[in-house]
Amino acid sequence: MPVLLQLMLEFFKTGLFAVGGGLATLPFLYQMSDATNWFSHADIADMIAISESTPGAIGINMSTYAGFTTAGPLGGVLASLALAAPSLIIIVIIAKFLNKFDENKYVQRAFYGLRPASIAMITAAGLNVIRVTLLNWELISGGSGSFAEIFKWEAIVMAVALFFAMKYLKWHPVVFLAISAVIGIVLKF
Amino acid sequence: MKELLDLYLAFFKIGCVNFGGGYAMLPLLEKDLVQKRGWTTMDHLRDYFAVGQCTPGIIALNVSTFIGYNKKKLPGALAATVGFLTGPIIIILVIAAFLTNFAHLEIVQHAFAGIRVCVCVLILQAVIRLWKKSVPDVLAFCVFLVIFLIMAGTQFFPYSAPAALLVIAAGVFGIFFGRSDAEQKEASAAKEKQEGH
Repeated sequence: MPVLLQLMLEFFKTGLFAVGGGLATLPFLYQMSDATNWFSHADIADMIAISESTPGAIGINMSTYAGFTTAGPLGGVLASLALAAPSLIIIVIIAKFLNKFDENKYVQRAFYGLRPASIAMITAAGLNVIRVTLLNWELISGGSGSFAEIFKWEAIVMAVALFFAMKYLKWHPVVFLAISAVIGIVLKF
Repeated sequence: MKELLDLYLAFFKIGCVNFGGGYAMLPLLEKDLVQKRGWTTMDHLRDYFAVGQCTPGIIALNVSTFIGYNKKKLPGALAATVGFLTGPIIIILVIAAFLTNFAHLEIVQHAFAGIRVCVCVLILQAVIRLWKKSVPDVLAFCVFLVIFLIMAGTQFFPYSAPAALLVIAAGVFGIFFGRSDAEQKEASAAKEKQEGH
């Protein structure tokens, strides 16, 4: 099979079965790495770091990267589109269905359960970011360090300032992201 | 055609600055699509996120597809999704071709340590904004609490939770024990009446 087609097939499969966001693609990427020699486990680790420092989900980033290293720029583009295709098809079907059954009692009841579940997922994801960003988690799990050392104070002060700034200044979130990047560089976070 | 181009460009912009995953995307969507363009509402966004959570694929992409489809059917879904993908694809192609040590550069690491602080706050604000309408009563709060504890626990204990299954279970729970929007209005009206007497 031509490598381009094989790339697209593998990433289509990943897009179809990875449910629940970018990190859900990781197990599939490790499997793909073992089954093909498109990228190594070390490449995946690098890609996690790159994904944290670029916009876009890790699944998309990995498909672009693997596609590029095996088949050039076209490979990168096609592999990413293949990853996105299953969710596009599924969401279009669901959107069609939801538009039709918007008023249905059972659909609305299902959303009664789905909404708090969705918020719970968002909050848990937020907690994860807070843990690595505002806390010195290794000190807590390592059992050493005084109480005050557990918190990354400068980051917490910055977070509180950002919170109130966003509340009262109606600037675009991108402005706050840019300011935060500059503060990070200047203060050497 | 112009509308499709608008969709593409709007999502291209969001894709270029969507640091920190699908949830950090919500404030961007609110600013650009709800407040500025009036293409959708916070209530709809909330439901898109709920569905995007338990269907395959990346949540940010699922939400893009949803908005695009409801605006301009299939061409709209394609325009929004491809628009969202364009930025990340270009950035990774550039990094893969020229900057393989990008993530290890000191200045990049500092910048992103700063950006992560902002992402914390963005996610917190998304939660606050969605809270009232998503968790209308005690029963819904119980759903929130159970799923939150299971999901948050994965960070502290060595197990992995099937996120999609949990969300589907919450939907099924809602079908049996939840209330539709009309039923909720009735319930709160009845409560007010009772309190009035």
